[in-house]
Amino acid sequence: MPRVAIEFGVNGAPRRIEVYPMERLLDVLREKIGLTGTKEGCGEGECGACAVLVDGELVNSCLVPVLQVAGCEILTVEGLAKNGRLHPLQQAFRHSGGAQCGICTPGMILASYQLLARWPRPTEDQIREGLAGNLCRCTGYQKIFDAVRQASEA
Amino acid sequence: MRAYVPDYDLVAPASLNEALELVADHARPMAGGTDLMVLFESGKLPYRSLVSLWRIPELRGVAAGETHVTMGALTTYTEIQQSEVLRREFPLLVKAASWTGAVATQNRGTLAGNIANASPAADSPPALLVYDAEIELLSAKDSRWAPYAGFHTGYKTSVLRSDEIIGHIRLPRTTAGCAQYLRKVGTRRAQAIAKVALAGLGKTSDGVVERIRIALASVAPMPIRCQETEAVLTGRKIDRTAIEDAKAKIALEIAPISDIRSTEDYRRRVTVNLLQEFLETLIV
Repeated sequence: MPRVAIEFGVNGAPRRIEVYPMERLLDVLREKIGLTGTKEGCGEGECGACAVLVDGELVNSCLVPVLQVAGCEILTVEGLAKNGRLHPLQQAFRHSGGAQCGICTPGMILASYQLLARWPRPTEDQIREGLAGNLCRCTGYQKIFDAVRQASEA
Repeated sequence: MRAYVPDYDLVAPASLNEALELVADHARPMAGGTDLMVLFESGKLPYRSLVSLWRIPELRGVAAGETHVTMGALTTYTEIQQSEVLRREFPLLVKAASWTGAVATQNRGTLAGNIANASPAADSPPALLVYDAEIELLSAKDSRWAPYAGFHTGYKTSVLRSDEIIGHIRLPRTTAGCAQYLRKVGTRRAQAIAKVALAGLGKTSDGVVERIRIALASVAPMPIRCQETEAVLTGRKIDRTAIEDAKAKIALEIAPISDIRSTEDYRRRVTVNLLQEFLETLIV
């Protein structure tokens, strides 16, 4: 099958690239665009390491064929810091010890970003529910929940 | 082994008619991709030519009509949870949607995808079955409505023809005054696939059952409604004897197997216990 040219925005910058339509958004971000902040964990939608926002909605980028994001705006972890200043969520993860090995962190932060967009002052249950699709094997989660609460109060 | 990406084609038509023509021409439909992309990545997707339905506006949205609530095929689990009318009248479907994966999956996974993927363990079918859901099947040459209760015909088989897609799913607005029950038993609260799930809907008058629906996931080759058990209860007063009779019947009506998630024996016991828990809510 031939490649097709598609356009979409990544962290505010327009992109036009040639892709095979069934390439995973995850692979296009990492290998074609060079944004390796988005990680691959399970590759089957269970772990959330590859989570990014598509038009403001959290998705697992390992399960999205790139053709389906034509015309969309993608936000990855690289798009959060502004003018050299970390996003409040990134600062909170750093200060609370919410990041250890770092593999789950980009997906965890984007899931938190969606969570705070839906519930700016989330309850403990809403935080747990909102991050239920993001697995972390280091922190035991409590420091991550602390970080989200801290960011929600910032 | 991973799939070789250039072997696969995916096109995204802008209109429903164009999509139906492509499906008639043997391309297979894809909605949010949460099931098909898992197969694809592991090299097990049996289709080379796919049609993305994701951006087709006619297949989106939840509409509350006078007699039915009609959901577009692409209604996501997130949209189900956000719908006021579904929360008010069809809470079991909302609950099932909240159990399906987590947020990222709920944002992409669709109701029609859950039905068409036809997993016997899927979360939404027991709720759809007790609500007497009907499914619109669309092709380039015709369209028809079929009761969801007869949709699945065996393990991963259904009445859906290869040139058809699911267009809409509608639920009759007849739940007023009904007791509603849904419980899923899995290994953990989030992200788990059901060992057993039972949905129940019942209406009684002076303790006598007027209408009852019982449906299950993960205890047969497909999601099932237990009409024999329903027949045991219809027109009867719910008391200890009626509950024991229904428990004996349902244990014979289901056909669970032992697999990686549970055993036949455990599934039968849990089914019977969930049925009892539901029926006890109907005792006045």
